[in-house]
Amino acid sequence: MSQDKHSLAGGTNYQVVGTRPPRHDAPDKLTGRALFGPDTKLPGMLYGKMVRSPHAHAHIRSIDTRRAASFPGVYAVVTAQDFRWNEDPGAKLDESAINFAYLQENMLAREKVLYVGHPVAAVAASSNHVAEEAAELVDVQYDVLPAVTDVGAAMRPDAPLLHEHLITQSLSKPGQRPSNVASHFQHVKGDPSQGFAQAEVIVEHEFTTSTVHQGYIEPQACTAWWGLDGNLKVWTTTQGAFGMRDQLAKLLHHPMSSILVIPTEVGGAFGGKLPIFIFLEAVAALLSRKANRPVKMIMTRAEVFLATNPTSGAYLKAKMGATREGRITAVQAELYFEAGAYPSASVIGYFGFAMGFMFAPYDLPHGQIDAYDVVVNKPRTAAYRAPGVTQVNFPAEQLIDELAVKLGMDPIAFRLKNVVHQGSELIDGTSHGSIGAEEVLRAAQSSGHYGSPLQGPHHGRGVAQGYWGNWGAHSSCAISVNGDGTVSLVSGSIDLSGTRTTVAMQAAEVLGLSLERIKSSVGDTDSIGYTEMSGGSRTTFATGIAAITAAQDVVSQMRGRAALLWGVEVQDVSFDQGIFTTHRGGGRQMTFAEVAERLAETGGPVTGRANVDPQGWGGAFGTHIVDVQVDPETGKVDILRYSVVQDVGKAVHPSYVEGQMQGGAVQGIGWALYEGYQYNARGDMLNPGFLDYKIPTALDVPMIETIMVEVPGPNHPFGVRGVGEIPIVPPPAALANAIYRATGVRVTDLPMTPVRILEAMGVI
Amino acid sequence: MSAKTRVNAKINGEQVEFLCEPRQSLLECLRDILGLTGSKEGCNDGNCGACSVLLNGRVVNSCLVLGVEVQGQEVITVEGLADWRGLHPLQQAFLDHAALQCGYCIPGILIASKALLDRETNPSEERIRTWLAGNLCRCTGYDKIVRAVQDAAARLKQARREVNS
Repeated sequence: MSQDKHSLAGGTNYQVVGTRPPRHDAPDKLTGRALFGPDTKLPGMLYGKMVRSPHAHAHIRSIDTRRAASFPGVYAVVTAQDFRWNEDPGAKLDESAINFAYLQENMLAREKVLYVGHPVAAVAASSNHVAEEAAELVDVQYDVLPAVTDVGAAMRPDAPLLHEHLITQSLSKPGQRPSNVASHFQHVKGDPSQGFAQAEVIVEHEFTTSTVHQGYIEPQACTAWWGLDGNLKVWTTTQGAFGMRDQLAKLLHHPMSSILVIPTEVGGAFGGKLPIFIFLEAVAALLSRKANRPVKMIMTRAEVFLATNPTSGAYLKAKMGATREGRITAVQAELYFEAGAYPSASVIGYFGFAMGFMFAPYDLPHGQIDAYDVVVNKPRTAAYRAPGVTQVNFPAEQLIDELAVKLGMDPIAFRLKNVVHQGSELIDGTSHGSIGAEEVLRAAQSSGHYGSPLQGPHHGRGVAQGYWGNWGAHSSCAISVNGDGTVSLVSGSIDLSGTRTTVAMQAAEVLGLSLERIKSSVGDTDSIGYTEMSGGSRTTFATGIAAITAAQDVVSQMRGRAALLWGVEVQDVSFDQGIFTTHRGGGRQMTFAEVAERLAETGGPVTGRANVDPQGWGGAFGTHIVDVQVDPETGKVDILRYSVVQDVGKAVHPSYVEGQMQGGAVQGIGWALYEGYQYNARGDMLNPGFLDYKIPTALDVPMIETIMVEVPGPNHPFGVRGVGEIPIVPPPAALANAIYRATGVRVTDLPMTPVRILEAMGVI
Repeated sequence: MSAKTRVNAKINGEQVEFLCEPRQSLLECLRDILGLTGSKEGCNDGNCGACSVLLNGRVVNSCLVLGVEVQGQEVITVEGLADWRGLHPLQQAFLDHAALQCGYCIPGILIASKALLDRETNPSEERIRTWLAGNLCRCTGYDKIVRAVQDAAARLKQARREVNS
């Protein structure tokens, strides 16, 4: 591409990148035209409904579907018998080790149910109401077993076993006998005992965090249509259409080419709609094949809470030591994560993230982290925005704050004294690349918020810092040039919050076109190359690189066309900001549109394409500052002011970056103060609805101030780095630190409800 | 299956007639019978607000109203906000402020906001937050939504001033 004048790297004088144009999909979403998962409607469509276990732990003695099957309006009933079972626990797909037998059992239980809401059968009927009535007629007999929903209880030797054949894999070695502990991982750096011996101040606590749900407002929903020709079409709300297709192929023993996944608009996901775990699609497909009709399944809100994939609660022990001068000498942590009904650690990797990123903001000579994946009678857990890291940031950043207090240091100054830089080696043996940790802390330190005085009694200010590593991975993009000089861009990335636009903006920058001239859309699995799921804060980074590369391919082909039209060599044609120029023949130029108009006479269509797997992406740091007022009589926490300071690489669309920072922070506030699954001794979830599982409302939060620090990310032409996940990480610790400063007590359990705060204060 | 009832109602300014079962909610009637899928189901128990519609000018959760109850009534859904001339000022303000991410809660939030701005010309931030407390958004953190509603109020005031002068 050396012929192109348009230089991308390190530039700041962009035409499109860094501006705030309107979104391609906004008018449809503002007028009610956008079609989400529950909105699919097909001719002859039936409605599917799961039959779910009322028990947290039981053997299935028998399932009798006869009454349901003969109920008027019922077209099909399926149970585990309708699956062809996968028995290979080592089967690999989508670059994550996935146990397909577990996946099938989680969709339709075979011998045991492992949580309340575990599906045991499904019916398809003429309406949702008829399906609900018929589901109640499926007669399931259970032998109820004792349930365990707490990590500590599940690890006891006499605990009820969820899986009779599950043997702990400890540091890659199998244990002696069956256990609810699925695996144990460990990272060690240096000599932690020596590090603690050098410490002059040591702080240590135990912490717990609750099971929390991603809380997307759109429930899981899909429609499957299995044709007599064997072609299966699935419309679904997912973070990854290709991952979904490949999972279905494996689960249904069906060729990938015979499965078309058409992604709908997605009404919130946050890791909860990754295609790694699937809940409905394969069952809807089985029902559709049996009924020979399209079948739509939509979860109720209670089903979403009971039987999708919330993220782990955890029991955490952490310890940190420092010298009087304020250098951290050693850290040590034990992390016990609840997996839910099936082992989870190896599937979504939150262990790796939790262990790798818990202390990643700090340059530490010595450290040890042990992590355990423990199965309990709750729904299988999975990713929630920066999976695993919010849980472990809560202890890490409280210990940092406590050390700062004990050492009499400003909390940001203490963090700056220990902050990581490029090349700093982490406890897991990896090293930081180009990062903005120090820049973010300094921006927080000099912010108007941090410099402002606190106003009154029972007020406190807390700070916390966090790190998320981001991701790259496969993306595919195609750009077709139209005869009027507009272009159509298709990528394989599901658009969760505006990436159709941020991806197209990067192509627009290369093509020298205004954004209105680019139509950007998300392809289905037949229309574009394999693209990884939208997760890991990867889309604007990796699919952006695909769009840039495809746009460069377009420019290269269009230069050839201009050369043909002018009768000059292609190397004599240059391109800059949408204009082709040659110095030959006295100098001539043509606009992009003028060349596009003449494609027919110069060889036909021009389509640029790119399939990329970018490496070396940059991670992201965020520092949050929060002021609270704690009512000493009621324990209620009011958030008075909240600031998010974050290294955003290059903000392609600053409004969307701010939106990620604000939305992530408010999710973290919910996790900190309100949210958590509550269970009784039988293993019933007591709050499976938005009335009792409270997520933040508009009234609970103030405006969220944002400070974007732009330290260019490595290995991206514009310096983009992922921004979506890190903002959820610091809020629980920032709020705990603010509550400490307001009340003098440390709250070590999430959520930090008024009752827990009053208990910590000794009021009750 | 129960016998169906004939219902006549004015929906988005148009007189419509439909058949529904007595057990079907207004939300089901809008989405499944009338094809107005702009109103969303998030909880079906009145706690998320994604299905908010105006019933005779009042905001209601359409999942908590039965279809048969709207006989002779007037309903406005998100599909009724814009016309061929373009977006409603609230929709335009949401677009300009990037006040949506996934967009699933937005129909309900637009409807609830319209009900507020139909009553009050200059609501404070606190007032907007209180008014929208029944509409859950999991993506935005509400900041840009509140700003968009404030801006829409200013735009509507300006438009009224222009009409009056």
